[in-house]
Amino acid sequence: MFDAPGSSPDQAFGVGELTTLVKQALEGGFPPLWVKGEVSGFKRHTNGHWYFSLKDASGQLPCVVWARDTRRIPAPPDEGMAVFARGQLTVYPAQGKLQFMVDALEAEGEGLWKKAFDALKAKLDAEGLTDPARKRRLPCFPRTVAVITSLDGAARRDIEAVIRRRHPGVHLVLIGAVVQGEGAPASLVAALDRLARWGGADVAIIGRGGGSREDLWCFNDESVARAIAASPVPVISAVGHEIDVTIADLVADLRAATPSVAAEHAVPILAEVQEHLRRLGGRLADALEDRVVAERRSLTTQLERFTLRATRMVERRRARVQQVAGRLEALSPVATLSRGFTVARDAEGRTLATRSAFAVGATFDLLVQDGRVRARTESVHADAPHLPSRA
Amino acid sequence: MSFEQTLARLEQIASSLDRDDLPLEEALRLFEEGVAKLREANTALGEAEGKVQRLIEGASGVFALEEEA
Repeated sequence: MFDAPGSSPDQAFGVGELTTLVKQALEGGFPPLWVKGEVSGFKRHTNGHWYFSLKDASGQLPCVVWARDTRRIPAPPDEGMAVFARGQLTVYPAQGKLQFMVDALEAEGEGLWKKAFDALKAKLDAEGLTDPARKRRLPCFPRTVAVITSLDGAARRDIEAVIRRRHPGVHLVLIGAVVQGEGAPASLVAALDRLARWGGADVAIIGRGGGSREDLWCFNDESVARAIAASPVPVISAVGHEIDVTIADLVADLRAATPSVAAEHAVPILAEVQEHLRRLGGRLADALEDRVVAERRSLTTQLERFTLRATRMVERRRARVQQVAGRLEALSPVATLSRGFTVARDAEGRTLATRSAFAVGATFDLLVQDGRVRARTESVHADAPHLPSRA
Repeated sequence: MSFEQTLARLEQIASSLDRDDLPLEEALRLFEEGVAKLREANTALGEAEGKVQRLIEGASGVFALEEEA
């Protein structure tokens, strides 16, 4: 019996029927697998799919990457690049063509990741978004620290622990985000947007704990980088471990090696702040005390100077008094009296120096060197008292 | 005045007080201000409660903070 399909014109396959059978046979016989080769004839279709061939010395394999799968590949491959492609071997029935449907593509070494990283970095560099001059100083004493990360990740616990240890008074606000996988960039951008619109944080930490390069890739996303650069709140990036440098690190105000280090940068140690305050208080008190001591010293000096001046003035005056006293003594009637002269005075103590001062019969005093003599005027004469006739 | 501004003012006061050419009256006034600022700063440090909260955005774009366990 010749009833097997395709065994006679009567049993001929339809073209579509056969290519579909081949497709099923191929897909059943080859599970998803990795193929290595060089990229040739890369084309990006307007609908977002990528087309190229993988070649080596003896063969060529037409490849397609559907648009939705290209999103997981950091960058399109270069012409001639040696790559590893994972995919499903199939037939494209409409063209009867062998086709490898690629869903993962890796270049040797850093390859595509580095290419994508470098391309985005160059773009952001050109716009000045990675310029160190753009980086803002973090507040020294934040009251509220926002943390954008996975709510159940290790990073969140690390940050919380470090902040509690350093400064139990700081307020921590978590903004949950997806930090790996396809939805991560959009989720991170949404969280940054919330941070900006909320406006309650003094500083923000964005990041996640360690992971594979693919896991961390959302922090190399352009939209995330732009959202960080646009943040009104200073941002500390903390992605993975020390060795993981991402685009987010380049645009953030500060790159911390790990989430724990980010927390250390974000918050001061309370005890140190208190110590600083104590020192400031001490400085104020010391300064005032110095000032008081200086004032007192200045007062003492002034007092001493004044005393010295006063003493000198008194001495000078005393010297002058003595000098005057000497002169007075020379003029003193006492000295004259001691030489035998007398002075006549009336009862009121007025010196009777001329004839007219004497009234006949009136009494007066004669001062002599050792006392007083009461006398009476007998008569008054115009002639000199020292006439020899009288002596 | 933020904590940072308060501290900056304190530093400024301390530096001014270190100068000898400041009139005594001004020095005393600055000292008093410094003591008030110190008290303010210490109070601010003791005030914060240190909560851990989650930022929640309501339907109308209103933000709320929810206590975290």
